Amino acid sequence: MTKVMTAEEVAASVESGMTVGIGGWGSRRKPMALVRAVLRSPVRDLTLVSYGGPDVGMLCAAGKARRVVAPFVTLDSIPLEPHFRRARQAGAIEFTEYDEGMFMFGLLAAAHRLPFLPTRAGLGSDVMRVNPGLRTVRSPYADGEELVAVPALTMDVALVHMNRADVRGNAQYLGPDPYLDDLYAKAAARCYVSCERVVDDLLEEGPLQSLLISRSMVTGVVEAPGGAGFTSCEPDYGRDEALQRRYAESPWEEWDER
Amino acid sequence: MSGRADVCVVACAEAFRGDGEILAAGIGGAVTVLAARLARLTFEPGLLTHDGACLLTGDVPALGEAPEVVEGWLPFREHLWLVLNGRRHVMLGASQIDRYGNTNISCIGDWARPKAQLLGVRGAPGNTRCDPTSYWIPRHSPRVFVPEVDMVSGLGTDRGAFELRRVVTNLAVLDFGAPDGSMRLVSVHPGVSVDEVVAATGFDLGIPPNVPRTREPSDEELLVLDRLDPARSRDREVAA
Repeated sequence: MTKVMTAEEVAASVESGMTVGIGGWGSRRKPMALVRAVLRSPVRDLTLVSYGGPDVGMLCAAGKARRVVAPFVTLDSIPLEPHFRRARQAGAIEFTEYDEGMFMFGLLAAAHRLPFLPTRAGLGSDVMRVNPGLRTVRSPYADGEELVAVPALTMDVALVHMNRADVRGNAQYLGPDPYLDDLYAKAAARCYVSCERVVDDLLEEGPLQSLLISRSMVTGVVEAPGGAGFTSCEPDYGRDEALQRRYAESPWEEWDER
Repeated sequence: MSGRADVCVVACAEAFRGDGEILAAGIGGAVTVLAARLARLTFEPGLLTHDGACLLTGDVPALGEAPEVVEGWLPFREHLWLVLNGRRHVMLGASQIDRYGNTNISCIGDWARPKAQLLGVRGAPGNTRCDPTSYWIPRHSPRVFVPEVDMVSGLGTDRGAFELRRVVTNLAVLDFGAPDGSMRLVSVHPGVSVDEVVAATGFDLGIPPNVPRTREPSDEELLVLDRLDPARSRDREVAA
């Protein structure tokens, strides 16, 4: 049984209007090969769910995004993502702005098939003002504390990039941080994993604890060496800072690595 | 000889005094990271510090250096857990701050269609609701110290902040010790006048009758700083 497919096949399975979760964090281990395939497809009106980086920036620049759900959009070494900024300042996209911890609880709720999870993060801030649909709940116990009920961040499709995977869809990270990629896989109806290398035996590559995503959560695997570039994919490669700088400084129309 | 940046780092380090065995998190830049490491190496040895990514370091390396000893793992998911758990004191930045310590890093102008989109709220709402928080503001000006912030990312004392410990700027140290929880001047850095601080602040600031000077770094602290930051990158972060 093999789930190996091409990035183009993944992109073709994404339909206009869908909610797409994108793994990684900022400009770290973003599934850029899959994002580029989506950029080349005719799809539009996507809702993007992401600890945002150039994935969000590029999809905004290309007119693919209707809404962005994120606590930030950044290139890390370059704090502000230029294309996301432009889209926001032009009023071209809708924005659901969450606190980082709220966002994780939204992923956790979706991964556990709960309608929401309660948290203190967000209370008292303007996150409540700019998301008028957010509700609070009161603890049913003696404390009676009021908490934010973060709605589940369910998604139609999740795209993540991992260091290694096998043909059945089991996927492995070898860097220092798993980010929240397993939660995206669990929160989505379909998850597609791109990876640096498809291998036969994942335990020859790293320890048991590095097996982050189970094949039961994975619809397709794409072998895409360098597929996170220019974002980082430790320990296979670091961020290509020169290329990222060129991306940040180029008008979108002149950016030739789309 | 100590410079303004040294005074600022020490004033930031003082924010962590008494914190004990919790994570001292400096968010980016040289000054806040140096402050946490300096505090740990001098008067607050129980502090935990990290490498800027996801390692808790057993030793205290210089800026940009890898630790020789790693004592813990703090990937983003654990960091987000720690924020809710509360065993953490973070020193954040702010593009705008008001007299109750409400801060904005999200956007300038109307949120619906901002004049300038900045980072987004990031973790500021949860940080300030759950953890002791301090601020480092390298350019004290009326553009930053505003009557009202455009988007409340970090909570002020009037919106349920857990604890706002202090605000350190290139000019002064401030806290929220006024009876109504509003900002007051704690000390001015050597060479700075109270009038300068007032002129650089876009709201009424509590001014005690006698404003002390921020303390100078000790010889020991300067030695530690020279080891942690031999290239003096802290100087480039502090407005003249």
